[in-house]
Amino acid sequence: MVERKRYDNRLGFWGWLGGGRWGFERYVYTLHRVTGLGLLGYFLLHILLTTSRAFGEPAWTAWMDRVSGPVFRYVFEPLVFAAFVIHGMNGIRLILVELGFAVGKPEDPVYPYRTSLNKQRPLLVAVMIAAGVVLAIGGVDFFGMGH
Amino acid sequence: MKETRNWTWHIVAGAFIFVFLGLHMIVMHLDDVVGLFTSGVGATDWESVLGRSRMSFFAVTYVLLLGAALYHGLFGLRSILFESNVGRAWQKAINVLFWLGGLCLFAVGVFQAVTTFLHANAAVG
Amino acid sequence: MSETRILEVVYRVRRFHPEKDEKPYWQEYTIQVEKGATVLDGLHRIRETTDPTLSYRYSCRMGVCGSCGMLISGKPRLACNTQIEEVLIQGNLVTVAPLPNFDVVKDLVPDLAPLFEKHRAVRPHILREGDALDPEPGTEWLQTPQELDRYVQFTYCIRCGLCMVACPTFATDPEYLGPMPLAQAYRYIADSRDGGFETRREIAGTAHGAYRCHYAGECSNVCPKGVDPARAIQLLKREFVLSYLKVIRHRGKASRSEGPIAGAERKAGVPEAPAYTIEQKPLT
Repeated sequence: MVERKRYDNRLGFWGWLGGGRWGFERYVYTLHRVTGLGLLGYFLLHILLTTSRAFGEPAWTAWMDRVSGPVFRYVFEPLVFAAFVIHGMNGIRLILVELGFAVGKPEDPVYPYRTSLNKQRPLLVAVMIAAGVVLAIGGVDFFGMGH
Repeated sequence: MKETRNWTWHIVAGAFIFVFLGLHMIVMHLDDVVGLFTSGVGATDWESVLGRSRMSFFAVTYVLLLGAALYHGLFGLRSILFESNVGRAWQKAINVLFWLGGLCLFAVGVFQAVTTFLHANAAVG
Repeated sequence: MSETRILEVVYRVRRFHPEKDEKPYWQEYTIQVEKGATVLDGLHRIRETTDPTLSYRYSCRMGVCGSCGMLISGKPRLACNTQIEEVLIQGNLVTVAPLPNFDVVKDLVPDLAPLFEKHRAVRPHILREGDALDPEPGTEWLQTPQELDRYVQFTYCIRCGLCMVACPTFATDPEYLGPMPLAQAYRYIADSRDGGFETRREIAGTAHGAYRCHYAGECSNVCPKGVDPARAIQLLKREFVLSYLKVIRHRGKASRSEGPIAGAERKAGVPEAPAYTIEQKPLT
């Protein structure tokens, strides 16, 4: 067979954003990735930073002073908290979905098709509402009460 | 089978983190609203930190949480990298590097949890 | 209502000639089509009236063969299954591009060979111990309607490849098996006649298998047959995890009738099944 020139039409990273019909789950999938990466980055720093408490009070207090400015208190910390709440609540849904417990039983495809996405969507809405409630409580703590 | 095992523990670790990091977040960030284990002052003040460090419950759960979170987080990052078409050689390198890096960070975390636990209890007498 | 409405639409088609072009380019055609015409009808109209060099692949024209998958107005659809009016953007524009994530052979023709190779890799047929095609000729597999319901949804797949195009993982990871092959792996694992669970776990339970799915759900959104690959992949992961945790154990468990089913009588006028015309050989 003659070797023919082809055009590599792979979407690449653009495909993480494009290519589909953009159901609600696609946005949540992206959000889950972004929050996960953010949490991991924070967590690795967090391990190193909290190690200072092994070296006694002065080291601990010095580090805590360095990371307690308004940028940390009102931007980074709330972001980490929000990322955890969203990632965690959505994670509960993903555990149920990915272990096949929330996707429903296979059914005959009759147009208009209803898929497993429809089956798990109430759960998705529920965990997002739960996340919203926890975020509201967190908001009171972060921004509402004086320090 | 190997990947099934890896992924199963990724899920188990996720559920574990949800519970215990949830507690950690309530203690650290909802200290004004809830105020658990904070000795009446801010959650990151030395007094509160020392108070929690000497409780064996916190020492044990910190270490477990550390291990679970490192595994879950690094496996998650590995998933993203594996999906980014990095090539077979890089995939092997990532497996090795992540295990080594994860174990190092785990050792650092265990070191601090154990030393503070001992120090805090020695301080009380 | 015998009135036929004529629409004037602009087709923006992505062209690529492997012997002349370095890169694909867009070409516009203005055509007139009848109300209710499909995107495939429009392509036929272009070939008939304007440009006979335009290449595209189709066969059945009725959403069964899975040949005419294209990226229509930015989304993967079957050209024969999509009316032009559904996909008009900016008034009267339709964009048509070849399915991404597969190499372009020419114009709108993608090379779906990787899809079929991945499909073949999951052993898409009943696997039995001993691998004999039919070890006991003259008897039949017994399967209850409930056992059929466990997998029949996934048998409607037409291998058109739209799910592979919508999947965010397959966009970056060419090693990923993809929604269609994984759904077919589950279709056979869930079949009570099948005994190939271990074999398929070696293929689909790997670092580029089922665990690269994170339920973005796009495959099920675009599937033109309602096969719901996303559901199949989650159920597949459940089988793998539960069998790893030793909660369930897999084996081919369908029973066979010993000769004709007891109590069943052949209806008058229904002939006996013809004798085998091929020699029974083990599958490899």
